[in-house]
Amino acid sequence: MRKFITAVDWLSIFLYLILVVFGWMNIYSASFSGETGGWFDVDQIYGRQALFIGLSFILIVFIFSLEAKFYERFSSVIYLVSIASLLGLFIFGKTISGATAWYSFGSFGLQPSEFAKAATALALSKYLSDIQVDMKSIENQLRALAIIFIPAFLVLIQPDPGSFLVYIAFLFPMYREGLSSNYILLILILVMLFVCTLLIGALYVSLCVLLLVLLVLFFNRKKRRKRYSRYLLFVVGATIFSFSVNYIFNNLFKQHHRDRFNIVLGKEVDNRGIGYNTNQSEIAIGSGEWFGKGWLQGTQTKGNFVPEQHTDYIFSTVGEEWGFIGASFVILVFIGLLIRLIFVAERQRTKFSRIYGYCVIGILFVHFSVNIAMVLGIFPTVGIPLPFFSYGGSGLWGFTLLLFIFIKLDSTRLLART
Amino acid sequence: MRKLVPILLIVVVGIIFIARLFYMQILDDSFSKLSQTNAVKVEYDYPQRGYIFDRNGKLLVANQPSYDVMVVPREVTAFDTLEFAKLLGIDEIQLKKSLKKARVYSSRLPSVVIPQLTKNEYAYLQEKLRKYSGFYIQKRSLRDYKTKTGSNVLGYIAEVNPREISANPYYNSGDLTGRQGVEKQYEKLLRGVKGVKYLQKDRFNREIGPYKNGIYDTLPVKGKDISLTIDEKLQAYGQMLMTNKHGGIVAIEPQTGEILSLVTAPSYDPALLVGRKRSKNFTKLWYDTINKPLLDRGLQAMYPPGSPFKALTALIALQEGVINTKETMACHMGFSYGRRSRMGCHYHKSPVSLVPALAQSCNTYFAKAYWRTIENYPTAPKGMDAWQKHLKSFGLGDFLGYDLPIGQPGRIPDGDYYNRWYPDIRWAASYTLSNGIGQGEIATTPIQLANITAAIANRGWYYTPHVLKSIEGNPIKDTMYTKKRYTTIDTKHFEPIVEGMHGVYNYGTARSLRIPGVEICGKTGTAENFTRIDGKRVQLTDHSIFVAFAPKDDPKIALAVFVENGYWGSRYGGRIASLMIEKYLNDTITRKDLEKWVMSHSLEEEYLKPYSGESFKINQ
Repeated sequence: MRKFITAVDWLSIFLYLILVVFGWMNIYSASFSGETGGWFDVDQIYGRQALFIGLSFILIVFIFSLEAKFYERFSSVIYLVSIASLLGLFIFGKTISGATAWYSFGSFGLQPSEFAKAATALALSKYLSDIQVDMKSIENQLRALAIIFIPAFLVLIQPDPGSFLVYIAFLFPMYREGLSSNYILLILILVMLFVCTLLIGALYVSLCVLLLVLLVLFFNRKKRRKRYSRYLLFVVGATIFSFSVNYIFNNLFKQHHRDRFNIVLGKEVDNRGIGYNTNQSEIAIGSGEWFGKGWLQGTQTKGNFVPEQHTDYIFSTVGEEWGFIGASFVILVFIGLLIRLIFVAERQRTKFSRIYGYCVIGILFVHFSVNIAMVLGIFPTVGIPLPFFSYGGSGLWGFTLLLFIFIKLDSTRLLART
Repeated sequence: MRKLVPILLIVVVGIIFIARLFYMQILDDSFSKLSQTNAVKVEYDYPQRGYIFDRNGKLLVANQPSYDVMVVPREVTAFDTLEFAKLLGIDEIQLKKSLKKARVYSSRLPSVVIPQLTKNEYAYLQEKLRKYSGFYIQKRSLRDYKTKTGSNVLGYIAEVNPREISANPYYNSGDLTGRQGVEKQYEKLLRGVKGVKYLQKDRFNREIGPYKNGIYDTLPVKGKDISLTIDEKLQAYGQMLMTNKHGGIVAIEPQTGEILSLVTAPSYDPALLVGRKRSKNFTKLWYDTINKPLLDRGLQAMYPPGSPFKALTALIALQEGVINTKETMACHMGFSYGRRSRMGCHYHKSPVSLVPALAQSCNTYFAKAYWRTIENYPTAPKGMDAWQKHLKSFGLGDFLGYDLPIGQPGRIPDGDYYNRWYPDIRWAASYTLSNGIGQGEIATTPIQLANITAAIANRGWYYTPHVLKSIEGNPIKDTMYTKKRYTTIDTKHFEPIVEGMHGVYNYGTARSLRIPGVEICGKTGTAENFTRIDGKRVQLTDHSIFVAFAPKDDPKIALAVFVENGYWGSRYGGRIASLMIEKYLNDTITRKDLEKWVMSHSLEEEYLKPYSGESFKINQ
């Protein structure tokens, strides 16, 4: 026991506690209606969150009490149970605001997709840590992709595109374990082509790519080996991609998806309709100035101008009531936690622990960056929560599970030798 | 390398976020402003405007409730417009028009449909209004006038205009502010301070409670009640005497400088400028260019004062030591100076010393006194300057400083004035001789004349005339009105002047206007005046001017009366002055026939002459 206390990473736990407690304070402000029914009144949103926090502490004790080996050995089982729970939604699931993502128990609901991330992380770590798996082999790459894609697909058809996006996070461990950076480069190029196509249209993008390639050829004309076929492939590929993006965007996307992209790209201004959320969120944060208006003093927060403020838009409350200082503080705590976790992951002696660590880092990072970017109005509206901060039991427990399994694994690093 | 890339990525994202926050929260302040208009609503609580009383505690101006019919367009359900229009006392088209205007303004915010219903109209409407959803009544406070006179002193209130709003941050659109008179001058006292309430709104623009628990909210402070120096009874009497005449009466209590009455004629009932009919009535008054009821003739009429000015000429000459009370001067129906120059005079005993000269209003005597005063100095301009300095000490030639927002400075020329007139020659006293008898380049207003009369009555000092007596029962402390102002003339020189003015009543130009038992001192005046008809300068019948104070040795009232085209001093001015003094001192009029004469004589025909388009005779 004494060994455990000295071996556990207290800094991560400390940062976790800061985020949970500060998050609760902001949920309290965002949902505070004036009538006080006590801080733990479960009829109020802040009371429920307090309950969720209490339960997650029990969860932490439970996670710590299990053998570290358990997570590695039973990872496949956990993964399969998780897939089953996602499939079960199609039969027993409850539809809330368009997505069939919930099991409902009386007044409480459980969202299996929040736990599926942790399960996928365990399964992927298990697979990648196998001594025979080589990230350079296409076959292994495809298998890893399958592990990721099955739950991701089940989440996408709920439909919950935000949670689907989070599965990009698994590029982190795969990159760390030797996935060719060409893949990353390819993804970056595709994203750039995607954005450019939306901005200036497919035809111009194709012409620009052609021009670019011709310029490269012109400057490299002295080179002996000229891989014309590669260049040709690139131009053709880019042109096809660009036109298909055009087609998908205009024909397969729903209007509200198109609107979200167009607003962030500045092609549309609609502060009353589809852009209302982002605009109100920006007003709330912008009005915070240096030190904010003080806890429970935010006029925008009190007036409920920002929809979903206690969940996905909780950061706008921080911005308004705690100002630049408070909002920067939250960002720094997240950055601190992520960097600390990288440090912790790198000191692991087993491959499994390290890969799992990178899964945790990736998932937290994607949630953090996409959520904050959305609230600050620099990314399209994607409904994913801010880890440890946003209201919601499933979310909080999912992230707690994810993080504390890693802390548990880390605490036994000195015992394990592989 | 593969360890560093994630760290780099995390740090770069963090920097981007903090930079974005810095831009939104610190650099760009447009979000802050948006948040205020977004979430905080300001509501004002208007206090009662202060009451206005006269010097004897009679209530002149109070407040009355008025009722605006308001509408919130989105809450209106279909209703019988014809019936409702009848109920409101307007026609259906007008009702539909104002409803449309309200809808265009905002469907959620209230607009005024019919402003300022009276109590009676409201009582009638009140019971039936609940049938019409979306309409409700908003109470406001209007002025309620308990007097029919003194509108020029009281002024009126009106909605602030955009210029006033931008000049003074206190006012918001729709606020009322004083215009003219005491309402304007003492706006800050009367209006009080409005209370402010900040309300937190939610995203539907509904109020959800006080902003920050009301720490910025303030309570309204009631306007202060003020008492004026005006004697309402005297004011009303003066107004009555001025029926069918144009002109002004200014009466001052010499020992305090308090203005007892400030009559201008023609005037208007202050109640005309209240409520729904205000704008229509105001337009009517404004465009009446013959009667000019909005002109305060007591303060703004600027004319050569004529003979009353001789008293000042004599005082200055005495002070300068160029005449004495014993010396007599001969007058043979006038005074010849220079080769072809002659100033006429009327018939009276000759030769005369100072006192009878003043009583008889001898032009020759005062022209000579003036001449000597100017010649007493090495050059005429220097003499002129010295002379002007004496007159300025009486409050002439500049705004007097009384506490009403309008006026005229009058004109007292100095040496430079004539240097500009005669740039190439050396001018002398004879060039400006008319000044000595109150004509020429001199111009005064009736209140200035009343003030010099008060200064003579006090034998050398005066208080700046004012209309504010007390605030909530506390006498005013403003040193502007509580500091004695001394003239440059020694007290001893006033006695012969008072004697002369007393003589005006005993054996002079106003002997028929004596009041039994009251020692009055006065001075008649006649002012030539001109107008322009088709670009030609045409002389009109002289103005009748009269100044007086009484009783002689313990002055209680000093006044100046000015009647446009009243022909000669004692004809209208003298009679009215005499009646005013009797009214104020004795409260009853014994000379009913005199009162009847004044009230039954109209000058309306005289006033229409210049507009008739035909040639006409004057001074008949």
